[in-house]
Amino acid sequence: MSTSVIPITAVPPVGKSRRKFSSYPLKARIGAIIVGVFVLLAIFGPYLAPFDPSATKNTQAYPVGPNWTHLLGTTAIGGDVLSQMLVGIRATVFVGLTAGVIATFLSVLVGVSSGFLGGASDEGLSLLTNAVLVLPALPLLVVILGYLPQASNLVTAFVLSVLGWPWGARVIRAQTLSLRRRDFVAAARETGESTWRIIVSEIIPNEVSLIAASFVGTVLYAILTSVALTFLGLGDLSNWSLGSMLYWSQNGNAITLGAWWWYLPPGLAVAFLGMGLVLLNFGLDELGNPRLRDATGQHKIAGHVWRPADPTPVVRDSDLVKRGLFTRGFAALRQGVRPVRSSVAKGHDVETTIKGNADG
Amino acid sequence: MKFITRRLATYAFAAWIAITVNFFIPRFIPGNAAEAMMAKFPSLQPAALKAIEIEFGIGKQGSLFHQYTSYLVNIFHGNLGISTNFYPATVTSVLKQTLPWTLILVGTATVISFVLGTVLGILAAWRRGGKLDQLLPALTFLQAVPYFFLALIAVEIFAVHWHIFPIGQGFSLGFSPGWNWPFIQSAIYHSILPAITLIVTSMAGWMLQMRNVMITTIGEDYVLAAQAKGLSSRRVVWTYAARNAILPNIAGFAISLGFVVAGALVMEFVFSYPGVGYTLYNAVTSDDYPLMQGIFLVISMTVLVANLLADVVYLIADPRTRRGSES
Repeated sequence: MSTSVIPITAVPPVGKSRRKFSSYPLKARIGAIIVGVFVLLAIFGPYLAPFDPSATKNTQAYPVGPNWTHLLGTTAIGGDVLSQMLVGIRATVFVGLTAGVIATFLSVLVGVSSGFLGGASDEGLSLLTNAVLVLPALPLLVVILGYLPQASNLVTAFVLSVLGWPWGARVIRAQTLSLRRRDFVAAARETGESTWRIIVSEIIPNEVSLIAASFVGTVLYAILTSVALTFLGLGDLSNWSLGSMLYWSQNGNAITLGAWWWYLPPGLAVAFLGMGLVLLNFGLDELGNPRLRDATGQHKIAGHVWRPADPTPVVRDSDLVKRGLFTRGFAALRQGVRPVRSSVAKGHDVETTIKGNADG
Repeated sequence: MKFITRRLATYAFAAWIAITVNFFIPRFIPGNAAEAMMAKFPSLQPAALKAIEIEFGIGKQGSLFHQYTSYLVNIFHGNLGISTNFYPATVTSVLKQTLPWTLILVGTATVISFVLGTVLGILAAWRRGGKLDQLLPALTFLQAVPYFFLALIAVEIFAVHWHIFPIGQGFSLGFSPGWNWPFIQSAIYHSILPAITLIVTSMAGWMLQMRNVMITTIGEDYVLAAQAKGLSSRRVVWTYAARNAILPNIAGFAISLGFVVAGALVMEFVFSYPGVGYTLYNAVTSDDYPLMQGIFLVISMTVLVANLLADVVYLIADPRTRRGSES
């Protein structure tokens, strides 16, 4: 094979065949395991709790540190911290997943219609997306939840998703815009497929990794925000969740009392869950983009150490361009082809690069 | 100028959404300021309800459209109603007291974290695999931790255990706000810990993004050409690579402002800092609806204006937008 004419598409395409778990990127595996553990705890946790989380002891007036009866100690009024955790994870995960599902649905709906339909509807939907994007979400959430007499977890999740969709919608719109002009879409249109069918069976399947990444990102946003809101006392305080545990520990002056076993476990649980989601998102990026995965290691070419830019937790369109372009250049370099980079300098957008990625 | 008109339209629309949401929320959700006031002062006769409603201008007078237009007129005159919590102070006067605290602290912290994060990102990219680059996993972790949790732990370590910084509040007791040195000293001392927590958590994002874009830019041919010409490393990094790589960071600055405000809100709660966020929290817990709405409106408008400023900076930094090739 002559090196100079190998097209970029020589990178093997991602097959539909089942892959072994161990063949996925390390980050994705770690992230998936962490998130998986939390989902399992959300399902089975309440049955594993050794005590009633709301049980109290009248005789007690101060928090007791970890001991064999209470592995993570107790709260000031004698509630078992471990049981509260096991019961509380469910509510936190529930809010995250519910908000993630609703918001991602809205993102896909707005993003795909905006990108595919184009014209006036694109202008209108983009305007809406950008406007909701710049509204400060947390103060708005605080005001809305402040007005609601009873903020149940479902209501919180719903309000979170109403404000959480624009990020995903923007990225999905950019991708749709580039997919729309692809040959296979034109072919589908020529054969007389309906718009609806083209969207469902041609466009959306090509955006699965992007949608998944936006889902994971939204779940992360929803979990962090709902925990913060509950910590402020604006969420559902009548049920146990990681946020309400933190609220009650703050209320009971856990920090000034030095009762670390009271506030550290829920806080660290949120941090780990968040970390798992961030890692999962990195991994999804690499999965959806074969070239990113191709270049996960460190390589030395022509005396230069080449590594792909680490993916960022949130997929933004500009990142996509840069990363996609970089790794494409990288893949080409490995095969001895000089990468063409002039397109970016001229301000060409998502179009060219994503096209390069997706036809692999 | 297509770029700027488009952005202006977006902000105008966002402002309209904020105002309209603000108008409709109290009308769709049960409970209003007058009832909250009645509950607060049990000695009031039921007949006083009507009087309070008129005083606060919250009753259901006239058609919805009429209410909406008079609401808009009031906003444009800076008339945001009367706070039930600080009665008889107007919402505007309460905001005048609290806004400077937030603007100064959060504004400074945001600018510092942006500059610091961007510079560190540039350096991390330039020295691939160096010490700075190896900090990145820790930075990723910082992004996943809830802000308030970090802030609480910072308070625990630096204020409760080591007594280096005060536990909270904007200034020490015994001072009265004003332009005198002892007070300013006290205010600065109280703002250090909140500022540090804000900077540390928000810096990571800037740094990660800057580094990733910078790495791509360093691979560009013109950077190679600049090096081949024999220009100094410093010149290549700052005027060739960083100059171009910073654009996404500036664009991101606008969008992330909402998150900055959110962080500030929680920060003020954790530190009992006398700014807008803490006042909003107090307004919510004491059902001070006019104040809540006023604060939300002011926060939204501040964020929108800051966005507009970031756009202007972007316009100056990126000549392509001026030529109107922005898609």
